[in-house]
Amino acid sequence: MKTRRTSLLAGLLALVATPVAWANDLQLNMTQGSTDMSQHVYGLHMLVFYICVVIGVLVFGTMFVSIFRHRKSRGVTPAKFHDNVKVEIAWTVIPFLILVAMAVPATITLFEMDDTDDSDLTVVVTGSQWRWHYSYLDHDVEFQSILATQNEQIYGRLPKTENYLSEVDRPLVIPTDTKVRFLITSEDVIHSWWVPEFAIKKDANPGYINEVWTRVNEPGIYRGVCAELCGQGHAFMPIVVIAKEPAEFQEWINAEEERLAAERAEEERLLSMNMSMDQLMETGRNIYLAQCAACHQPNGQGIPGVFPRLAGEGVSVGDRTQHIDIVVNGVSGTAMQSFQNSLSMSEIAAVITYERNAWGNDTGDAVQPADIHNFIQGNQ
Amino acid sequence: MSTEHNPTKYYVPDQSIWPIIGAIALGLIAFGAGHYTIEYSKEEAGFGHYVLGAGLLVLVIMLVGWFGDQIRESRAGLYNTQLGQSYRQGMLWFIFSEVMFFLAFFGALFYARMIAVPWLGGAGNNEMTGEIIWPTFEAIWPLTTTPDGTTTEAMGWFGLPLLNTIILVISSVTLHFAHHALEVGKRGTLKTWLFITIALGLVFLFFQGYEYYHAYHDLGLTLQSGIYGNTFFLLTGFHGLHVTLGAILLIVMFGRVLAGHFDKDNQFAFMAAAWYWHFVDVVWICLFVFVYIL
Amino acid sequence: MSTVVADAHDAHDEHHDHKPTGIKRWIFTTNHKDIGTLYLWFSFIMFLLGGSFALMIRMELFQPGMQVIDPHFFNQMTTMHGVIMVFGAVMPAFTGLANWMVPLMIGAPDMALPRMNNWSFWILPVAFLIMLSSMFVPGGGPAFGWTFYAPLSTTYSADSTALFVFAMHIMGMSSIMGAINVIVTIMNMRAPGMTYMKMPLFVWTWFITAFLLIAVMPVLAGVVTMVLTDKFFGTSFFAAAGGGDPVLFQHLFWFFGHPEVYIMILPSFGIVSAIIPAFARKPLFGYASMVYATASIAGLSFLVWAHHMFTTGMPTVASLMFMYMTMLIAVPTGVKVFNWVSTMWRGAMTFETPMLFAIAFVILFTIGGLSGIMLAITPVDYQYHDTYFVVAHFHYVLVSGAVFSIMAAAYYWLPKWSGVMYDEGLAKLHFWCSLISVNILFFPMHFVGLAGMPRRYPDYALQFADINAIVSVGGFLFGFSQLIFLAVVLKCAMKKGEKAPAKPWEGAEGLEWTVPSPAPYHTFDTPPEVK
Ligand code: HEA
Ligand code: HEA
Ligand code: HEC
Ligand code: CUA
Ligand SMILES: [Cu+2]
Repeated sequence: MKTRRTSLLAGLLALVATPVAWANDLQLNMTQGSTDMSQHVYGLHMLVFYICVVIGVLVFGTMFVSIFRHRKSRGVTPAKFHDNVKVEIAWTVIPFLILVAMAVPATITLFEMDDTDDSDLTVVVTGSQWRWHYSYLDHDVEFQSILATQNEQIYGRLPKTENYLSEVDRPLVIPTDTKVRFLITSEDVIHSWWVPEFAIKKDANPGYINEVWTRVNEPGIYRGVCAELCGQGHAFMPIVVIAKEPAEFQEWINAEEERLAAERAEEERLLSMNMSMDQLMETGRNIYLAQCAACHQPNGQGIPGVFPRLAGEGVSVGDRTQHIDIVVNGVSGTAMQSFQNSLSMSEIAAVITYERNAWGNDTGDAVQPADIHNFIQGNQ
Repeated sequence: MSTEHNPTKYYVPDQSIWPIIGAIALGLIAFGAGHYTIEYSKEEAGFGHYVLGAGLLVLVIMLVGWFGDQIRESRAGLYNTQLGQSYRQGMLWFIFSEVMFFLAFFGALFYARMIAVPWLGGAGNNEMTGEIIWPTFEAIWPLTTTPDGTTTEAMGWFGLPLLNTIILVISSVTLHFAHHALEVGKRGTLKTWLFITIALGLVFLFFQGYEYYHAYHDLGLTLQSGIYGNTFFLLTGFHGLHVTLGAILLIVMFGRVLAGHFDKDNQFAFMAAAWYWHFVDVVWICLFVFVYIL
Repeated sequence: MSTVVADAHDAHDEHHDHKPTGIKRWIFTTNHKDIGTLYLWFSFIMFLLGGSFALMIRMELFQPGMQVIDPHFFNQMTTMHGVIMVFGAVMPAFTGLANWMVPLMIGAPDMALPRMNNWSFWILPVAFLIMLSSMFVPGGGPAFGWTFYAPLSTTYSADSTALFVFAMHIMGMSSIMGAINVIVTIMNMRAPGMTYMKMPLFVWTWFITAFLLIAVMPVLAGVVTMVLTDKFFGTSFFAAAGGGDPVLFQHLFWFFGHPEVYIMILPSFGIVSAIIPAFARKPLFGYASMVYATASIAGLSFLVWAHHMFTTGMPTVASLMFMYMTMLIAVPTGVKVFNWVSTMWRGAMTFETPMLFAIAFVILFTIGGLSGIMLAITPVDYQYHDTYFVVAHFHYVLVSGAVFSIMAAAYYWLPKWSGVMYDEGLAKLHFWCSLISVNILFFPMHFVGLAGMPRRYPDYALQFADINAIVSVGGFLFGFSQLIFLAVVLKCAMKKGEKAPAKPWEGAEGLEWTVPSPAPYHTFDTPPEVK
């Protein structure tokens, strides 16, 4: 008897608590974000939202009263009026005033957002199908940032992990308490760089640069996405920004400069020697899956009519130089972009080798970094 | 219908086969043109141009048939003034839609000149665009060197374009004389002025063709030479198409005049063609000012 | 609005009410009622087709991960869904209603240009066949959204873009011809005494809609032409390298696109303004201000286009102007909403299905309109833009707005069209199923949108999973509820039901109720006298 009652009580409690927990669990409202600007935006959003709710309640309330009271089944006789200049003026003027009340704070916020002057750090953000490329204007640091979720998770062959589709291989790092300016552009189609917690969403227009800025208050990891339809990989080019204390940031950027310098030295070294076939295939496979598979598909089949098949046909089983040319320079006017700047020579060599030998292509060719180097030199 | 010959009643035609034939024609044209474009861009052979050709043929048959019906009905006195009014208003709204079509291209021209090109050169809030992406680009209009370095020469306004402007303006005036002659019933004068108008239109088209030749061969101004060439060729090209259409209309009207059609009260088709011609003329004047002179 | 009374001598028309039979009747017809019927059926088929595409989308989005279709096909579904619903379902439905009702409402024997009327209808199936055939071209169909932003639709699109462009061209011709016909009919064919300020509001709203159509469809034709030349003929309207700008595309598109969305709502306003007074048994409140409000909305619609482009990096001052203009539209729209509420106030209402849909329209459209105002606030739109919040907004105004009003119109005029009363029980079932499921379908979209789920995503992060599942369930419920509607309409079409009187609705007003039901093949051969 007693256990019955407690379980009933527990059940009732659960019934009340579940939706609450559920509502907290699911985020149902706009994020407040982590910058002053995003808080302003959130405030504005709530203000407009409440005004709309009040208007809705008044309008629908009146309607419901009318629907309830002025129905024929209650034996009412319909009134005859069809005009009233005074109320009509009132419901023209009052909404107008409400609109003015919303427009004023909106205008102020917009002007604040617009002011990109006096920034302390500038990052060029370049979108391309389907990755982001970051370069620090005053530092010798640039890299690209690609979706880190494995294909197996997307296609349901592995369980999905916590940051499914919101994780990248190399996040952007910025300092806190610093006015950071982003110069946003694109290499191919329009993308849009959106980090909700900064209340920044700006289109990346090819050939033009848009500017936005932020000043992050708290260190942390902030996630965003591409917000403009940019083709098949639109859902698969997330953004991760890590905000670090300025001192830590300085350390990071120094380390990064060093690391990139070391990479370049390694590149020089590789140029003068031959990589083994296994090494080339191994690196090539990784690069291929990360950079090329989005279009040419992991199995090299491409998508008929959109992205060419590499398995068993075309330059991948044909002319070597032409193959190198296409990967180094891209094919202008198509989605096949130039990889000269985003991949190192050893990586390009590896991916070409991989393409020439994977999926039954078996040409047996090993393309070396030096070949790429010579090709580029020869071109100039 | 028992009331078919009552001219005071609004004439509602019986069933007609022409509209569906027109729909088929447009379908063939769109389908054929689509495939032809694809084949053309890939330099492949295909069926596109056959379908397109068939569509155009069907369209011509449809137009002849449809207008033939109209002319017969009109001459049989089935049309009343209210119907004439409907046709007139319909034509005016059609011309309005054409105006909006040209406005899209003029809009592109103004945007390119006043916004896009200056921004590429670093104006306004696009300082960094100029500095980082197009450091060597200079914003000038006419855009003779595009951001990616394609060069061309601009088309001057003096000479052929000016001559063409004069020709087209005169043709509008001669057409007005022709119309006036129709109103007062002087058929001879009507024929003369109408003939002159058509001749002027054809001369205009000839010069326009020559100008394109000049642009391609001497100036290196082509459809591919950047936004200046794009707006130039699309605006003048669509205008040229409209002149062609207008000229065809006038030629048909000439034929009908020779056949003794039209009088003071029954001249809708003539008037429509004339309106169309005047509209094409006005478009040219805007073109001349915004594309050539400024 | 003043009462409209007609002379009764149109009843004589019946004896020469001959009509051709068989398939030829439909193919060669010049009769506004036949053409109206064709438009309406075409639109309904397109609605089912576009809806099936939506269900593909919802199926894929039921849970995270790629399950049913691949991303490229998903994008084609999104694009085709948008294009078909907008150009194939909603616009033809309105044109069909205009064809049927405008001549009846103004006392005209037919549309002003009957042969052209037939042409503008038959172009549509042809255009959509071409549009659909483009999905079978190598490389697949259009996959760039119904907004086909360059350069995704130019340099980076599949070959089928050429077919898309030409299909758009002839579809646009159809709309322009349809609109010219409506406008000329209204200006020129009104019965004696039917002055402009006596015209029913449906006629007024269509008059203004037709003007919008003629003004903006050519701009669409222009912009698709530029897409064609950019992709296939080497121009660079939308490519910076040649001095163009991808944002130019958006300006041109939305100069068409925003008036386009009002093209899809103004006739709804007219429908609701006919139905509410009829079932409240009370004249419409503020007839004149309704007319002025419609005209102001149409005028303003040309000045707000860039509110779709706040994130493109326009200069701040331009953004502000567009924001203010957009907000201003709330004023005339509010006038309309308040007028409808006042019409109901102190009426004697009954709640037959047309009225239920009309009331649902007023409420749900207003919800959609209010979220529109939220979107208009530029700095906040940075957070809303291209998320499901926008998707929720426009489905509220389009589905529970435009589509609901079309349903209301169909129930309201079905007795007039078919001559039999529709099955009220089934119709009410249709209404309640639709009302509940449409909210399950679209309301939660606001929440995922705010929480950050972008639109046009075939796959999404885990935190959006629950809501997407609910939405998908709602989608299927709503979709299958429409089969009830199909059943009701088929019953009427097969003349199964009570015979309808000339005026089945007690409070209804207007010339269309003075002719018998079903309306004779030729009506008003001699114009009625309107006093
Ligand atoms: C029928 C179609 C329709 C209608 C009627 C509307 C009506 C409105 N729309 Fe909507 N809209 C669309 C269809 C429509 N829209 C579509 C399809 C898109 C997306 C396109 C795409 O990207 O694919 C879109 C997108 C869209 C955006 C872009 C969002 C983005 O992409 O970031 C914006 C931004 O301003 C907007 C605003 C508005 C406004 C302010 C109205 C106003 O007209 C609403 C006015 C009505 C009311 C406000 C309610 C009633 C008024 C009162 C009760 C009075 C009191 C109210 C106040 C004082 C606030 N719409
Ligand atoms: C009037 C226009 C209209 C209408 C009525 C609808 C109706 C619906 N829409 Fe659509 N929608 C748009 C206009 C419209 N939409 C536009 C313009 C876009 C933007 C596109 C873009 O981003 O480019 C969009 C985008 C859009 C999206 C976002 C896609 C994305 O961003 O990737 C979604 C997702 O849920 C969606 C869902 C739905 C659903 C579930 C319905 C439902 O209401 C549909 C209900 C109807 C049915 C389900 C049909 C029922 C039929 C059967 C069940 C039987 C089938 C049988 C046969 C075929 C014989 N729509
Ligand atoms: C955004 C999509 C995309 C990505 C990413 C991409 N490609 Fe391509 N690739 C294309 C397209 C489109 C073409 C066809 C170009 C043409 O029309 O000639 C192409 C062509 C090629 C060809 C020539 C095929 C042939 O036989 O003609 C090769 C080789 C190639 N890509 C290799 C690569 C490699 C290596 C990578 C990654 C490092 C890569 N691609 C990444 C889109 C892409
Ligand atoms: Cu990049 Cu969407
Ligand atoms: Cu809009």
